[in-house]
Amino acid sequence: MLSVDLCGVKLKNPVITASGTFGFGSEYNDYYDVGKLGGISSKGLTINPKEGNDGIRLHEVTGGLINSIGLQNPGIREFIASEYPAMKKLGTVTLANLGGATIEDYVEGMKLLNETDIEIIELNISCPNVKSGGMAFGIQCGPAFDVVKEIKAVSNKPVIVKLSPNAENIVDVAVKCVEAGADGISLVNTFKAMAIDIRTKKPVFKNIFAGLSGPAIKPIALRMVYEVRAAVDVPIIGMGGIMNATDALEFIMAGADAIQVGSANFIKPDVAIDIIDGIEEYMIREGIKNLSEIRGIAHL
Amino acid sequence: MSSNKGKYFKEKVIENIELSEGIYRMTVDGDYSTDRAGQFYMLRSWGIEPFLSRPISIHDANSEGITFLYETVGEGTRLFSELKRGDFIELLGPLGNGFDTDNIKGKVAIVTGGIGIAPMGLVVKNLTDCEIDFYAGFRDRDYSIDYIGNHVKNVHLSSDSGQVGHRGFIIDIFDPTGYDYVLCCGPTPMMKKVAQICNEKGVKSFLSLESHMACGVGACLGCTCETTKGKQRVCKEGPVFPGEEVLTDA
Repeated sequence: MLSVDLCGVKLKNPVITASGTFGFGSEYNDYYDVGKLGGISSKGLTINPKEGNDGIRLHEVTGGLINSIGLQNPGIREFIASEYPAMKKLGTVTLANLGGATIEDYVEGMKLLNETDIEIIELNISCPNVKSGGMAFGIQCGPAFDVVKEIKAVSNKPVIVKLSPNAENIVDVAVKCVEAGADGISLVNTFKAMAIDIRTKKPVFKNIFAGLSGPAIKPIALRMVYEVRAAVDVPIIGMGGIMNATDALEFIMAGADAIQVGSANFIKPDVAIDIIDGIEEYMIREGIKNLSEIRGIAHL
Repeated sequence: MSSNKGKYFKEKVIENIELSEGIYRMTVDGDYSTDRAGQFYMLRSWGIEPFLSRPISIHDANSEGITFLYETVGEGTRLFSELKRGDFIELLGPLGNGFDTDNIKGKVAIVTGGIGIAPMGLVVKNLTDCEIDFYAGFRDRDYSIDYIGNHVKNVHLSSDSGQVGHRGFIIDIFDPTGYDYVLCCGPTPMMKKVAQICNEKGVKSFLSLESHMACGVGACLGCTCETTKGKQRVCKEGPVFPGEEVLTDA
C-alpha cells in the first residue's frame, strides 16, 4: 500500500531520512529498526575527505535550527570501504548524496560510486555551507545543467538532483536539470540564513551565512515542491521541515513521490516511523489504496 | 569499557528540587545501573519549542533511578525546572564515552567549575581503590559537595564571591603535582588551563567537554571539537577526552 517506485527503484514506503541528519544510518539503528524506512540518504560525500567547518556549527532558532557543518565526510573511497558495507545491511535503500567543488570532483566521485550496488545518487548541488560546495551549481540554470549532464554521461544509476531554495529561480533550475537528463528532483536543501551574537556583536557563524532547516521553512518548501511539480514530470522527493504525517501528506499532495525527514530526527529519533504509520492510517481512513491516488492531487 | 546501548524512552520524574539559586537536582525513575560516569542524556519535556533537546550529564545513576544536576541557563533548562513529581520526561541515552573509571587508579584529583561538578557525582562513586581530592569552584554557594564529600578524601572549595572557600578561581589553589590522574569539567578557559598545567607536569588528565548538540548520537556532526586527531564528535568520541588531545592551541 505504501510502496513507491522512485526512478525504477522500489521503496517500501515514501519516507527517506535526509542527508546530513542521519549519518550513515547505523547511528540511529540502536534506537529503532531503520530497515523500516523507505530509504536513507547518506551524509554528503565528496571525492576527498573533508574536515568540515570551524567554529560554531549549530544555532537553534524559533521553528528550527541553522547549521554550518560544511560537508564533513570521510571521502567517497573511505565511505565505500568502511561505511557502506554496514549501511547496505540495514535493509533499506541507500541514496548516496554526492557533493563536489568542481565538475571533475563530481564526475570522479560518480565513477567510484558506479562500482558499488548503491541504488540511487542524490546529486547535491545545493549545500550552502562550503565555498563552491555545490550550491554554486544550484543557483543558476547554466552550471546546474552542465554538472547534471556530465554526471548523467558517466552514471550507471538513477540521478536525483537536490536543489537549493536559494536558486535564482528554482523552477527554472529544475527544468534545466531534467533537460540535462536528471532522473528525479529532490527539494529543498536548507535556506541561506544567519544569526548574530549580540554579546560579541558578530555573526554566530564563521562563514557568516549558514543553512536554516526545520518547520520554519515548511510552507516555503511546500510551495516550491508544488511549483516544480507543475513544471517537470520526473519523480520528486519533497522535503523541508516535515515533522509529522500531516506535513508529509501535504508534500505528497503537492506532487512529491517520496519525502525526506531531516531536522525532525533530532526531536524524536524514531519520528520517521511515526510518519510512515501516520501516512498508512490516513490512507486506511480515507480508503486510499495507493499513494498515486493523492500524489499531486492539490494541483487545481 | 563495556557497551551500554542507548535507548529512547519516557519516564516519570521522582523529584526535582532547587539546591541553590538556579541549580536543580532532578531524579527520574528507571534502572540505570549500566550507565557510566561521564555519559549523558538528551532530555526533553516539551513539544516543538525549543527545537532541540538538551544534553545533560549523569550526576548519579543506579537500579532505582537517575539524577541530573543542572543549571537554568535558557528556555530548555527553565522548562526542566518546572517539572513536578509524576511528570514525564523524554530521555535518549546513555550517550557518549564517559570516564574510563575501571582503569583510573591511584591518587586522583577532580577539578570542577560551577555546574561542571555534575558528572563527578557518579565518578567519585565509581572510582573505587582511588584516593580522591576534590577541587570545586563556585560562583557564590556550593552545591552537591555534601554528597560528593562522602566519597573523597579531601575537599577544596573556591567561590568568585568568597562566600565559600578560597576567594577566586579553583585553579588558583590547584597543583597537579603528585597526582596520577586529573579529571576536570567546567568552563572552557578553566579546562584549558587545567589541561595545560597537567600536560606541563606530565600528569594524565581527562576533560569532559560541553557542546551544543542536535542529534546526540553522532549523526549530525554539529558538536565536533578540535583534537590532535582531527575533528571529533563531543557526543560520540567524547564528551570525555584526554587533556593532551583537546583544547590545545596547537
